Amino acid sequence: MTALLARNETLVAAVIVLFCIVAALSDPNFLSVTTLSDLLRASIVLGILAIGAMLVLISGGIDVSFTAVAVSAMYITTKAALIFWPGMPWPMIFALSILIGAGLGAINGVFIAGFGLPTLIVTLGTLSVFRGFLLTFVGSDRISALPPDMREFSRMVIARGTTPGGDFYNLPWSLAALAGVIALTAFILHKTMLGRSIFALGGSVESARRIGIDVRRTQFFVYVYVGALAGLAGILHGSMGRMADPFSLVGLELSVIAAVVLGGARLVGGYGTITGTLLGVALIVLVQNSLVVVGIPSTWQSVTIGALILLGTGLPAWQAKRAAARAG
Amino acid sequence: MDVSDPGAPGPLVDMTGVTKRYGGVTALEDVDFRVTPGEAVCLAGENGSGKSTLIKILSGVERPTEGEIRIGGQMMTGLDPRRAAAAGVMVIFQDFSLFPNLTVAENIALARDLTAHRRFFDRRAARATARAVLDRIGVDIPLNARLESLPVAHKQLVAICRALACDARLIIMDEPTTALTEREVRRLLGIIRLLKDDGVAVVFVSHKLAEVLEVSEKVVVLRNGRKVAEGPADRFDAASLTRHMTGRDVPEAAPGPYRGDGETLMAVDRLHKDGAFTDVSFALRRGEVLGITGLLGSGRTSLAKALFGLVRPDAGTITVDGRTVPLGDPIGAAEARIGYVPEDRLTEGLFLAQSILRNVAIGRLDVHERRGFVDRRGLENEAQDWLTKLKVKASSIAAPVQSLSGGNQQRVVLARWLARAPQVLILNGPSVGVDVGSKSEIHDIIRDLGTRGLGVIVISDDLPELIATCHRILVMKDGRMVDEIEAGTVTEDELSHRLAS
Repeated sequence: MTALLARNETLVAAVIVLFCIVAALSDPNFLSVTTLSDLLRASIVLGILAIGAMLVLISGGIDVSFTAVAVSAMYITTKAALIFWPGMPWPMIFALSILIGAGLGAINGVFIAGFGLPTLIVTLGTLSVFRGFLLTFVGSDRISALPPDMREFSRMVIARGTTPGGDFYNLPWSLAALAGVIALTAFILHKTMLGRSIFALGGSVESARRIGIDVRRTQFFVYVYVGALAGLAGILHGSMGRMADPFSLVGLELSVIAAVVLGGARLVGGYGTITGTLLGVALIVLVQNSLVVVGIPSTWQSVTIGALILLGTGLPAWQAKRAAARAG
Repeated sequence: MDVSDPGAPGPLVDMTGVTKRYGGVTALEDVDFRVTPGEAVCLAGENGSGKSTLIKILSGVERPTEGEIRIGGQMMTGLDPRRAAAAGVMVIFQDFSLFPNLTVAENIALARDLTAHRRFFDRRAARATARAVLDRIGVDIPLNARLESLPVAHKQLVAICRALACDARLIIMDEPTTALTEREVRRLLGIIRLLKDDGVAVVFVSHKLAEVLEVSEKVVVLRNGRKVAEGPADRFDAASLTRHMTGRDVPEAAPGPYRGDGETLMAVDRLHKDGAFTDVSFALRRGEVLGITGLLGSGRTSLAKALFGLVRPDAGTITVDGRTVPLGDPIGAAEARIGYVPEDRLTEGLFLAQSILRNVAIGRLDVHERRGFVDRRGLENEAQDWLTKLKVKASSIAAPVQSLSGGNQQRVVLARWLARAPQVLILNGPSVGVDVGSKSEIHDIIRDLGTRGLGVIVISDDLPELIATCHRILVMKDGRMVDEIEAGTVTEDELSHRLAS
């Protein structure tokens, strides 16, 4: 029981529940299917990005370039489709964006796994380079005339309608993308040797090398996978927002990493769960979208998120320290 | 040389003429090394003798410049860690190379699954594997526990189990007993006997070999990259091993009789800390070297820290020179001119990446200050002076501390405290992780400190060390002082007996 209480997941879940109770008390309309579907929609892009960031943290690295990867993949794909094949079917648009994301991720991988450079420095560098390259050479116009199939995709829904109570809801197919990413990542992390190797790498690189884990290949995979997820998140973002905006997404990277850390992943590597990450995302999305409902002005958003990070990650760390002091 | 007797087992490992050069430096020269199945071999040597290099070559981490390696009769050219592991050669490093964030079962099964080139991970199969090897050595450790939550001795057992899960035929153990208490060493030796009966060979790499000699058949001693001695284990003892390792006689001197004026320098009166130590009282005389020992968990480490204010006692008093020292206040303790050299100098005592000068000078900045600026020349002279006195071997005082050997690092810590001219110096495990030659020199330094009129407290579980340095030895058990022994009246065996009783 105490073990359960000491976990970040429990803490974050408790804060979410608390937030919802307060929100429901101050606005009876908060607890509605509409809110839920809005929050779910808002969680898709952030959630996919967060799962990628979590994988990097587990492997003992950090990636701050994924937003630049996402926006580059999205914008290049959109522009390429418009120029070469405006009628490109959406599965191909998605595949192209994922591929471009993976390719940009591979550039990170080459520097990190190949040359053994520090992950933060490499990705800080590529964050600037990717975005600068995009704005300089590809374009800086917001494109609202998307390829028809991208618009088509954004209209495809799993369910949409109005509840008997009159609440409007809309569950887009992009939600299935998040579900797929969760399932695939969970499978890789828990059921494959590759996944165990990623955890092992985060636990101790030297030990991993000694028992014969191919450290470079594992690292390379991580950055390519994160890139691919970013490519997917990027094209979803463009399609759901019905606009290809080369200035969007970048700047979100710290919020995403904050969500992952709130969910229990550690910056030193080796720790992180998908459940925790999703809870972290849910909390951040709640704060970003519904802070006003509980009576806190939206200008306090970043303060609130910062305070949550300090509390959510500081408290378990402080508890662990005290436990260690008692044991010692 | 051909093994013609069909009944005799062929060598499991046969290394001939192995030489390793790094640039112009020869780390290993023309060394033959042989291990037969079920045999335990002690590979002894000081730091820099080449024993680590030999192990790295045998486990495929490094390639030899010259020489041949056969494992199980098969020639191994271009040996890499995977192939060495596949051939059954497993190394248990001093840090165990385990994963703190994974469970016991995962730690044990992961390496085996990797060598078997599996793509998928099966949690249930991992648990079964782990259970089987734990049963094989007769140990019970919870399979789902995260490794980081285990005590050191258990981590070592997990490392052994991991090697066994990979069908180890030879387990190389690097400094296996350093972090263990005597009881844990006993258990380890029992397990080693079990493995040998199963035909698993063991190589101990250590500079603290007395403990493993009794389960070993053979001893190989390296010095300066060459093999200088080899023979049956029963022909070696601690003294002859030391002689071979250092190339000279290192007699363990005993401290001379106490020659101080008998005046009490430090008095500890009914010091108490819940759950750590109870009602501890003793007096330290000027010029005396006082030993405090006890098994792990006896409270000796907490007491050591309490004396320097790193742990705040619940009750009791400490006085130095008649003046009361504030409890739980390291700065107050330092002002009372108490010095403390921690057990783990690497994490508690040194700034590893910083220069020797800075490490020594950090405690003296207040003295070498001129109009708000640091008097660099003064600091350098003083540091240089202490390093010469303590015979620190280093290229210059600008060299980073991490470039020094363990023995020299320990001297830098000592130099820092001695530069502050303490009255009482508390040494917690003064020679942990230090090689034999340096150890006896550190003991010389400790004895010398006593003759200079300091009061020295040596806290250690290294019984020969206490006998070699202390005038008086206090024994702790379950947080209490239970015995006081005058130096020169006991042998190591008697001391060990009184400790355990």
